[in-house]
Amino acid sequence: MKRKDNDIGRPRKALRDVREFARFLASEMKPKGKIWTPFNIISGTIIVVGIALIAIRFYKGLGAVTNLSQDYPWGIWIGFDVITGVAFAGGAYVLTFVVHIMKFEKYEPIVRVTVLNGFLAYVFYAGALLLDLGRPWNVVNPIIGNSFGLSSVLFLVAWHFLLYMICEFLEFSPAVAEWLNWEKARRVVEKMTIGAVIFGITLSTLHQSGLGALFLLAPAKIHPLWYSHYIPVAFFVSSIFAGLSMVIIESTFTHKVFHDKIGNRLRASHDDILLGLAKGCIGALFAYLFLKVIELVHGGHWDLLATPMGYWYLVEILGFVVLPIFLFGVALRKRSVRLVQFTSFFTAIGVVLNRLNVSVIAFKWYAPVRYYPSWIEIWVTLAVISMELWVFRWVINRMPVFKEHPEEKEAMDDIIPVGEVVRWKASAS
Amino acid sequence: MSVNRRDFLKLAGLTGCTMLAGPPRRSEAAVASVEFYGLLIDTTKCIGCRSCEEACNEQNRLPEPEVPFSSESVFETKRDTSPGAYTVLNRFANGKDPDNPVFVRKQCVHCCQPACASACLTKAMEKTKEGPVIYNKDRCMGCRYCMIACPHDIPKFEYGSALPYIRKCVFCYDRLKTGERPACVDACPENATIFGTRRELLEIARTRIYENPDKYVHHIYGEHEVGGSGTMYLSAVPFEQLGFRTDLGTTPYPEHTSGFLYGVPLVFVLWPSILIGLNYLAEHRNKENNHEEEG
Repeated sequence: MKRKDNDIGRPRKALRDVREFARFLASEMKPKGKIWTPFNIISGTIIVVGIALIAIRFYKGLGAVTNLSQDYPWGIWIGFDVITGVAFAGGAYVLTFVVHIMKFEKYEPIVRVTVLNGFLAYVFYAGALLLDLGRPWNVVNPIIGNSFGLSSVLFLVAWHFLLYMICEFLEFSPAVAEWLNWEKARRVVEKMTIGAVIFGITLSTLHQSGLGALFLLAPAKIHPLWYSHYIPVAFFVSSIFAGLSMVIIESTFTHKVFHDKIGNRLRASHDDILLGLAKGCIGALFAYLFLKVIELVHGGHWDLLATPMGYWYLVEILGFVVLPIFLFGVALRKRSVRLVQFTSFFTAIGVVLNRLNVSVIAFKWYAPVRYYPSWIEIWVTLAVISMELWVFRWVINRMPVFKEHPEEKEAMDDIIPVGEVVRWKASAS
Repeated sequence: MSVNRRDFLKLAGLTGCTMLAGPPRRSEAAVASVEFYGLLIDTTKCIGCRSCEEACNEQNRLPEPEVPFSSESVFETKRDTSPGAYTVLNRFANGKDPDNPVFVRKQCVHCCQPACASACLTKAMEKTKEGPVIYNKDRCMGCRYCMIACPHDIPKFEYGSALPYIRKCVFCYDRLKTGERPACVDACPENATIFGTRRELLEIARTRIYENPDKYVHHIYGEHEVGGSGTMYLSAVPFEQLGFRTDLGTTPYPEHTSGFLYGVPLVFVLWPSILIGLNYLAEHRNKENNHEEEG
């Protein structure tokens, strides 16, 4: 008799668990905090209109909403959303290297939020690629293997995007498990972190440079000052300071916006962390400048520097590589966090400029009719960014992203009973 | 295409191995020993009748043009190929003989080592063993990387369509398989475009230059440009005056990315081992530091 009871009881209990879990998820879906804030109204409008524009794009074709042409097959949806967006997502692999491989514990408090940012950047900005594809449903073709274009750099990039997204999700998943209170799952995924990190850094090296290598196939179309065989290396090195400066910018914002979510440890070491990141930026910027000089000497296009495109090139190099090096240097000497934050913005603009130069501005610089983005292309880009920010905020408000130092936390787990931990977590979110 | 379990496993194993072994040495399209078919276009013979355009239009069931094929008004501007026109004729002033303008046909030249095929991640663009670079439309995802890569700007995209394809000359591949010549060759009344194997065509072209050394520019466009192409041109005036790009070099385009692709397996082997090593060292250092602090 007793056994029978158990047999009925088990599925019933499972059902109850599922129902409870669904209820938990439903409650978590609800917005927390005020709804009618200026940020919500503006970004909400951008998203709603953006979705309508995307609908038009799929109904009428790319020609109806973009300024793309037979001469300019790639516009800002590729040049900015994907290529620049992925460069900015580089902070995740740099920081996981610093924290998980090199064991610099100082940066531990920001590694989760950076990985989250990287993951969302890939989901949204690499996802924006789907808007640009003529037949997006065929995006699975190079993955499922009915047609492997092995000689294509884009094939490599496509695979790496997919694999790296999985790696980043694994790296972030302990936070998801903590949110769901799945202790066993957390222990499993935590053990996978180091593997995911190693694989992720390898993948990042290859696809950050791979995005540059895409343009190796257009030697006759890209201005000689921007085209060289170093493009892949330059893209990789610049993704380091692009990522780091984005981490500084992002933490500047989150520090203000999510002030209540941030643990004591991060609050205390925040400035120190930013100064450290700035040091990393300077190193990568120096390497990049050195590479650019070698590239220029090697290419021997000195005469082209005195043309309009040459001046533009000098603006990029002197204004957005040399100047940031100088400014970061001053900021570090004075230990000025403000100047570090300002210079990061500056560096980030330089990265945008570089990526757009290679993919759009110096591409077919000789064409009689030049490409410039339509307002719809810009609007949809803003909508994608807004969506990413919404999801970012949603996650930050629910999952333990700005977690305390693991040892301290473990100590707390030891002392405080489980029920207490749950209550503490609920009050923190 | 049906894939059974056995084939799938074979394919998966094969791709796994190729991914380990890295990309092929050269573009797979490059099979030097095979004789490609091609075209030789002698611009000195072309009279600008546009029969080739009309035949191409019919053969590929392209939309009717706004200006009829009998009209010469189209020559007032320089035209480019488009999703609705795989070959277009343009008129250029003849410096040598102003009364006889030069007509040049523009379409896919079917490179021996095509940039578009090496760029394509789904093998939608494919170099066939017969020579034509064809387009498998069902595989295409519409990324337009082929358009970025093509040195001649040949692939054209249907921007106006919600279900767009890339469009370009495919050398009438269906006709070729049944033993026929491309439609434009059959339509040419002056034999300005002739069909043959690439080797034959090169011999003919060299003979013409040799026999008429004053008439022709001593260059066969397409013999060496970007590694050579199936379609080649002869001309009486320098090619740069006829809208040809003469700055493309002779390096086959796939070789521009092969250096990077060689590096991929290297990074895959070296990076993880270096990272594991660094990780070990870092842990060791931290442990020692802790010891010092304790001691």
